[in-house]
Amino acid sequence: MLYFSRWKAIAIVAIAVIICLCAVPNFFNPQTVARWPEWAQRHVVLGLDLQGGSHILLEVDANDVRQQKLDQVRDDVRRVLRDAKVGYTGLVIRGDTVEVRIREGSDFQTAYSKLRELSVPLGGLLGGTGQRSLNVTDAGNGLVRLTVTEAAMTERVRQVVEQTIPIIEKRVNELGLVEPTVQRQGIDRILVQVPGLGDPEALLRILGKTAKLEFRLVDVSNSPQDAVQQGRVPPDDDLLYETRGGQKYPVLVQKQVMVSGADLTDAQPGFDQRSGEPIVTFRFNTAGARRFAQVSQENVGRPFAIVLDGEVISAPVIREAILGGSGQISGSFTVESANELAILLRAGALPAKLTPIEQRVVGPGLGQDSIQKGKLASYAGAVLVVVFMFATYGLFGLFANIAVAINVAMIFGVLSLLNATLTLPGIAGIVLTVGIAVDSNVLIYERIREEVRGGRSAISAIDAGFSRALATILDSNITTFIAAAVLFVIGTGPVRGFAVTLGIGIATSLFTAFTLTRLIIASWVQWQRPKTVPI
Amino acid sequence: MRLLRIVPDDTKFDFMRFRRISFPMSAALSILAIVLYFTHGLNFGIDFQGGTLLEVQAKSGTADLQTMRTTLSALGLGEVQLQQFGGSADVLIRIAQQPGGETAQQAAVEKVRGALGADVDYRRIEVVGPRVSGELLYKGILGVFAAIAAILVYLWFRFEWQFALGAMIANVHDLVLTLGFMSVTQIDFDLTSIAALLTILGYSLNDTVVIYDRIREMLRRYKRLSMPDLLNVSINSTLSRSIITHVTVAMSLLALLLFGGPAIRSFTATMMFGVVLVGTYTSVFIASPILIYLGVGTGRTEHVETPAPATDTPAPPAKTSPPAAAKVRP
Repeated sequence: MLYFSRWKAIAIVAIAVIICLCAVPNFFNPQTVARWPEWAQRHVVLGLDLQGGSHILLEVDANDVRQQKLDQVRDDVRRVLRDAKVGYTGLVIRGDTVEVRIREGSDFQTAYSKLRELSVPLGGLLGGTGQRSLNVTDAGNGLVRLTVTEAAMTERVRQVVEQTIPIIEKRVNELGLVEPTVQRQGIDRILVQVPGLGDPEALLRILGKTAKLEFRLVDVSNSPQDAVQQGRVPPDDDLLYETRGGQKYPVLVQKQVMVSGADLTDAQPGFDQRSGEPIVTFRFNTAGARRFAQVSQENVGRPFAIVLDGEVISAPVIREAILGGSGQISGSFTVESANELAILLRAGALPAKLTPIEQRVVGPGLGQDSIQKGKLASYAGAVLVVVFMFATYGLFGLFANIAVAINVAMIFGVLSLLNATLTLPGIAGIVLTVGIAVDSNVLIYERIREEVRGGRSAISAIDAGFSRALATILDSNITTFIAAAVLFVIGTGPVRGFAVTLGIGIATSLFTAFTLTRLIIASWVQWQRPKTVPI
Repeated sequence: MRLLRIVPDDTKFDFMRFRRISFPMSAALSILAIVLYFTHGLNFGIDFQGGTLLEVQAKSGTADLQTMRTTLSALGLGEVQLQQFGGSADVLIRIAQQPGGETAQQAAVEKVRGALGADVDYRRIEVVGPRVSGELLYKGILGVFAAIAAILVYLWFRFEWQFALGAMIANVHDLVLTLGFMSVTQIDFDLTSIAALLTILGYSLNDTVVIYDRIREMLRRYKRLSMPDLLNVSINSTLSRSIITHVTVAMSLLALLLFGGPAIRSFTATMMFGVVLVGTYTSVFIASPILIYLGVGTGRTEHVETPAPATDTPAPPAKTSPPAAAKVRP
C-alpha cells in the first residue's frame, strides 16, 4: 500500500492541483474573471440566501385553463353545427362537459359525426398515445355530450406553461434584473429566481398579472347602477368596475372585444402633455390599427373602455376617429405603475392566470451577514479541528491537516467546475466535511496504532493500517453519501446546497484518503525510514 | 512530543454488560419520545404548515417587540408570533396560514408591510402557500424513508441481513429520539430539519458501520470467541476512533452553533444532539449488542457455547479475558 509508481504519484498530485486550481476564479472579482477565457470562468454561485434575492414559485391556474378549454369547445360546437346548418338547443357547459341537443332526429347522424371530428388524437408529432382530446358520446334523445379528457387538460396546461415562460422571462428582463432564471417545474409550475434585489413586491406584481388588455365599447343604453341593484346584466355585456380615487364605479362593457393587447407592437411609459400625469402610450400593428380606426370612426362620441385583466382602467369618450394606430392610456397611474404596465404590455398577456404559491425573499443585508457568520464558523471549526488533530497525532496530525486543507480547496474546485450554488446550509456541509475528512485519517491512524501494538514493525504497521482502514472508510462513507443523494433529490434551494457540498465533500475526502494521505505518508516513510511510528 | 491519548491503549471495557440497561432505557426513551410527539407535537415551521415568515430589523437599533405585537395583532391576521432573532434589533414574525387559498398569503405580507412601514428593514420574507407546504412535508417524509431503505439495501449487500436489520433498528431509534428532542425543545421543524435528520442518519450509520466492519473481521478471525466477548473486543478496539471522530465533529458543530448565526441554529442543535449524543451511544449500546439477539454468530459458536449462560452474567472483563488482538494473532 505504500508503494507508488512515479507516474501514479504524479497523476495523483496533478489531479489534486488541477481541482484545487478550479477554485481560483472565486478569489478574484467578477469583472476580472469576465476577461478570462471562458473555460476558466467557472465559479461558485452564491445561493439566494447568501447574496439576497427572490425565489418565486408560480402555478398555472388549472381552473382558468379548464374554463378556457371548455369555452373553446362550446364555440367549436356552435360553429360546427352552424356550418352544417343543424338546428340545436341547450348548448351549455356542465362541469367538464359541453352538452348540446340536436333538434331534428333526421339531422342527428350528420351532426354527431361532425361533432366527433372535433375530437383529435393527442401527442402531436410523437403521437402514439392513443388518447384523444374529447370524449363524444350520444346520450340519447338527440343529446350529445363532449367531455374534455384529462390527457387533453394536462396537455393544455403543459402548452400554457411553455407559452408562459418566455413571457415571464421578458417581463423579468425588462425590470433590469441581473441573471434571472425562469424554469419549468413539474407540469404546471414555473420557478423564477432573481438574485440581487430590486423591489420584491414589484417583481410579484409583474409576475402575477395576466396583463390581458382589451379595448371594448361601453354600453350606454343600459344603466350600470340598475344592473348592480337588480343583479341583471344584459346578455351581451359584462359588468366591470373602474377604480378612481379609491372608489369603485360599475361600468357596463360590451362582451365583444374591439382590439386586444395581442395587436400591440409597443408600449412606453410617458407623461400627458397637458396634465403632466403619468400615462402609457402604445402603438397597434397594422391589423389592430385598421380595426381600431374603423371602430372609432363608427362610434365617435361614445365611450370605450380600456380593460386590463377584467378591470376598467379608464373609459374615455371617442372624440374623433383614431387613425394613426397609436394612442395612450391614462388612468390614475404613478410613474412606477405606468412603467410596470408598459412592461406588461410589451411582454404580452399570459395565456392563463398564474398564482404565486411560494415566495422566499432574502435581503442583501441578511445575505452579507450570513456569509460573515459562515466564514467565522468555518474558521473557528477549522482551527479547533487542526489543533486537536495535531495534539492527538503530532506529525501525522499535521499530515491529516494538510489533507483536510486540500480537501476543502478541492470541494471549492469541484463546486466551481459544476457552477454549483453555495448556500448557508452548504457552508455547514463543508464544515461537517472537515469532520468526515478527519475521520478517514483517524480510522487509518487508529488502525496503525493497533497494528503497532500488535507487534508489527513501523513500516508494516503503516502498510497494514492503510489497507485495513480503507475498506472501512469506503463502507462508512457510502451510507452518508446515500443520505446526501436522497437529500439532493428531494431538497430545494438551501437544503439542496447542503446535499451538494456534503456529497462532494464525501467524494473528495475519499479521494484524499485513498491517494493523497497515503502518498504523503509513503513519501515520509521513504525519506525517513522510521523505526517507530510517531503516533 | 507527548501525544494526546483520550482512550488508553488497552481499554477493555465490558460494554455488553450494559445491554440489560441500555435496551430497556432506549425502549423507554423511545416510547417517551413518541408520546411527546403526539402530546407536544413538533413546532412545524412554515415550510410544512404554510404561512408567512418575516425577518425584520429595526432601523433604530432596538426593536420594540411590545409595540410591534400590538400593531400586528390589530391587523386581524390570526395568530402572529414575534420572536427576538439574533441581535436586539432583529425580530422574526410568523403569521399563521391565512384562510382563502394561495393569494391570501400574499395579501397578509402586504398588510404587515403597510403596518410596520419604513421603521424596519425587511431582511427576509417567506411565504409558503398551503399546497406547497403539503408537498414539502410529503417529500420530506418520503425522503427519510427512501434514505433508510436505500441504506438498508446497501448494508444488506455489504453485510449479512442481520447487520442491516440491526443498523435499521438503531437508525429508527436515533430518528425517534431526535424527534423527541425536537418536540421537547420545540425547535423549528422545517426543511433544514429534514436535512439534519438525514445527516444524522448518515453519520450514525457511519459509526455503526465502522464497528460492524470490525465485528465482521473479528467473526472471521476468532472462531471460538463468544459473541459478547467478540463484540466487546470490537467496540473497544474502535473506541478511540469513535471518540476522536466525535470530538472533531462536535468541534465543527460547536463552531457552527456559536458563530453560524440564528439561521442555522436549529439545524446545528439538532445535529449536535443526533450525531454526538445519540449516534455514538446507539452504535455502541444498541446497534452492536442487538446482533446477539438477531443471532449473528450462533452457528459458529455452538460447540464452544457450553458455558453460555456464564457470559450473560456480568463478569469482570479481565477474567473472561477477551484475547487482545496481539496475543492471538495468527
